[in-house]
Amino acid sequence: MAQSLRGARIRAAALTLPLVIFITVTFFVPLGSMLTRSFHSPQVADALPRTLALLEDWDGQSGPQEETFRTLGEEFRSLAKQRKLGGVATRINRLESGMRSTILKTARKLRRDQPESWREAMVAADEAWGEAGTWRALRRAGERFTLQHYLNALDLDRDDAGRIVTQPPERRIYLPLLWRTLVVSLAITVICLVLGYPVAYLIANSSPARSNLLLLLVLLPFWTSLLVRTTSWIVLLQNQGVVNDLLVAIGILGDDGRIAMVYNMTGTLIAMTQILLPFMILPLFAVMRTVSPQHLRAASSLGATFRQGFLRVYWPQTLPGVAAGSLLVFILSIGYYITPALVGGRTGQLISNMIAYHMQQSLNWGLAAALGVILLATVGLFYFVYDRLVGIEGMRFS
Amino acid sequence: MKKNQAKRRSPRYGVVGWTAGAVLACLTGLPGVTMGAESITVVSWGGSYARAWEKAILEPFTAETGVEVRLESFNGGLAQVRAQVETGNVHWDIVDLEFADLARGCDEGLFEFVDIDQLPPAPDGTLARVDYFDGTYSDCGGGGIFYSTIYAYNTKSFPGEKPSTIEDYFDLGKFPGRRGMRRTPGVNLEFALMADGVPPGEVYEVLDTPEGLDRAFRKLDTIKDHIVWWEAGAQPPQMLADQEVVMSTAYNGRIFNAQVIENQPLVIVWDGQVLDYGQIAIVTGTPNMELSREFLQYASRVESMAAIGRYIAYSPTRHSGVDLFTTHAETGVEMRPHMPSAPENLKRALRNDWEWWSDNAEEVHERFSAWLNR
Amino acid sequence: MAVGRASFTLGERLERGLHLAFCMAVFAFLIAPMLIVVPLSFNAEPYFTFTEGMLSLDPDAYSLRWYRNVIGDGEWRHALVNSLVIGVSATFIATVLGVLAALGLSSPYMPSRQIVMGLLISPMVTPIIVSAAGMFFFYSELGLGQTHLSLILAHAALGTPFVVITVTATLSGFDTNLSRAASSLGAGPIVIFRRVQLPIIAPGVIAGALFAFATSFDEIVTVLFLGGLDQRTLPRQMWAGIREQISPEILAVATCLMVFAVLLLITVEWLRRRGVRHANR
Repeated sequence: MAQSLRGARIRAAALTLPLVIFITVTFFVPLGSMLTRSFHSPQVADALPRTLALLEDWDGQSGPQEETFRTLGEEFRSLAKQRKLGGVATRINRLESGMRSTILKTARKLRRDQPESWREAMVAADEAWGEAGTWRALRRAGERFTLQHYLNALDLDRDDAGRIVTQPPERRIYLPLLWRTLVVSLAITVICLVLGYPVAYLIANSSPARSNLLLLLVLLPFWTSLLVRTTSWIVLLQNQGVVNDLLVAIGILGDDGRIAMVYNMTGTLIAMTQILLPFMILPLFAVMRTVSPQHLRAASSLGATFRQGFLRVYWPQTLPGVAAGSLLVFILSIGYYITPALVGGRTGQLISNMIAYHMQQSLNWGLAAALGVILLATVGLFYFVYDRLVGIEGMRFS
Repeated sequence: MKKNQAKRRSPRYGVVGWTAGAVLACLTGLPGVTMGAESITVVSWGGSYARAWEKAILEPFTAETGVEVRLESFNGGLAQVRAQVETGNVHWDIVDLEFADLARGCDEGLFEFVDIDQLPPAPDGTLARVDYFDGTYSDCGGGGIFYSTIYAYNTKSFPGEKPSTIEDYFDLGKFPGRRGMRRTPGVNLEFALMADGVPPGEVYEVLDTPEGLDRAFRKLDTIKDHIVWWEAGAQPPQMLADQEVVMSTAYNGRIFNAQVIENQPLVIVWDGQVLDYGQIAIVTGTPNMELSREFLQYASRVESMAAIGRYIAYSPTRHSGVDLFTTHAETGVEMRPHMPSAPENLKRALRNDWEWWSDNAEEVHERFSAWLNR
Repeated sequence: MAVGRASFTLGERLERGLHLAFCMAVFAFLIAPMLIVVPLSFNAEPYFTFTEGMLSLDPDAYSLRWYRNVIGDGEWRHALVNSLVIGVSATFIATVLGVLAALGLSSPYMPSRQIVMGLLISPMVTPIIVSAAGMFFFYSELGLGQTHLSLILAHAALGTPFVVITVTATLSGFDTNLSRAASSLGAGPIVIFRRVQLPIIAPGVIAGALFAFATSFDEIVTVLFLGGLDQRTLPRQMWAGIREQISPEILAVATCLMVFAVLLLITVEWLRRRGVRHANR
């Protein structure tokens, strides 16, 4: 008996094994490779090995030895010859703003002549080489394993003495953006709940035929391409769009008083609410379907008003659906990218858009990875709560 | 009920088999189809400019050589090229770039060197080195056009007084409404300083100081909430035509095409125009090196460079090309007055300082993106 | 559902009316934006607002030109082929692996069920930008950037949770005594699967497969990160169009995709009802 139980367990596990392997290779390993990039950056260390070895013994205060200057100058020169210096300079620049032009300028000046004193030549090319801070920055950039990307992602930095300090206000981007993302997600969740709850109630308490029809209306947007829905909102909401035209035509707005409803936060909120609303209605409906309306009627026959009956009897029974729908909408909206990118303009961007920016525009992949890890951890936290509270098996789409 | 289910079983296996067949077919077959043909990928700026490239250079090139050219569009910058070179995944062959980006990318080793003395000479035999306007060729570039960033408006938006100076662009009191601007610091900072009273000749001197940079951003701050940011060059004429914005910065050629081809009531304000030039370059490590070099040579012929000016108002960067631009190929409009270099358009103009941008792009972009997100 | 109508006071009736009106408004909010696109895609002019001719129902103001443009355009055709190839392949992988896993997960003997399920579902809730970034690094390192294969694998990974969820849901109503009975009659596991389990879960499998296909067919972010010119899919092509300028061509494609969504939805609903009937048998 025990053996057959073991056999059944192995059989069950074996059936899941192919997918577990597949997801591990195509999903978890890629996530891992991103995680690695958030703290592992060997490129500078590989490019300037000799200089960094010399800097290891340096006290970090006085100016470095002439030999260090010479080594760095030579390494710059050979990197420039291999046409790799620009890339290295860009990387160092990410840790210490301004280093890129310092390095490239210096390398241009050092291109040909063999100076008597490398120190003088380099300081003449750019005064920054006379400052210990520049060298400390170089040494930091040469660390193979670094928490710098996480510091950047949390709007922190190291000062000259290596202490962790907060960035000046005008350079704080990521924490406010993360905060904005959470607030927007919460707002969307609340709006979806307010809009979705009465609708789910209506669907759950209609005759089967009508309920089915209404359910189709909820599912249709759900099956329609995200890009189609986002396009529709642009067409509707833009300055010369259908909504503004309508408001002008019926005289609510003057032709020059058209409202900016898209390419800003309003656009993001409206479009995301519509897109995520089915994710709220469906779990609510699933729970409400099982709540018998008899309870409400019993309450009302005992003299309670509809409102009292609703608040005391009905609402508590639908709480599992409220939790399921809200968490799902919240989790999905934290990671939204496409819709804010298309309709968000400047003010409607979320944290995902910043990750995309660093992935595709600034190419600061370490920072993108660190931001990604932070986002992933946030979502993971709520996913865990969802699993505990609702159970993943409760997730249904049809 | 269950019997029915069992009976319907067999066709489902048919579906599975068919799917498996399709999977196999596409996994094995498809890459072969696309990689077999002799072709290169040219990356340019989309919209009417890309169309001009197609008509003026790509189609004649294919006709002459039989090499298929695939055109992809991008919105400028080095990011995609860097990502491709860095990951060893080069799938672009030729990229059309602003000069500052070309210079930077050349420094970084993103583009192949091009020997200026190997480029085709002028029709009268003048060497390319001499034929190119001063400073308009780089160690990695070929071809080349002058273009300009200007601002334009839709006459429908201003029935009364119309904007005419760069100051007007920043004057919300006189000309209220949303403005379109490219989502980069480039040109916008220059516009801001000129509108703030800095003469064109001193713009980069001022920008080079921290106070000057602050000043430019402060000026942009005054209209920040009224800016709609665009990324693709095709957007401004569209936004203006739809009256999404009342005025927008734009590339002059795009506005020209909207004017003459689509008959849009758009007007270019040349005051304060920022004149710039660009070239094409070959991405380092492209698997199609030979064909790419062939294409670069073809595109660097004066006739090819000037041919673009028959489809969009951009002029060639070679002396011998100046005499070659005539009328617009599709409408017969005289091109000369629409070119950025026409004397009447140059009364207050700024020449983009690509050296300043190549040195400072990284920091300024960083600051700009922080500014945008605030 | 016969609710005693007579017992409602005026106030309650008002409340009901308001509730109904509110719900209608929400339904309008859900559906209207998409419906607006349909007539605009037949606009004869290159704008995407209603022209006066359209409002007065002048037949000349409507035309099929944007549909003709799309059909005649090689890029859109190429994109459609790519979408289908990637979608069908990814769906195949996701369905086969997903159904197997769902069978295992539905077994009462499955060890660490909750954890395994949580892991297998996680691609669905992971922010897509994070998944796509990770896949970009991963496939570039493997030298698989800009290939159909990388996109097929990526979309398969993103589609499996839907198959797993839908099929486990179907199986949760499955009477395990049936398998046991079959087993006691000497049927092997494969025969049991084919003769007993598959017919019952078939609606769930097909629904899950359609979900996976719809996921791939609509997916854009991994295509942006992993795909090159040769891997342009319909959403990728639309993305390029929307970012540059929304031409009525995009609206024509959008309308076609919407019709496609309606077909998918009807199929899934039909399957679901069959499944429900089956379970209630």
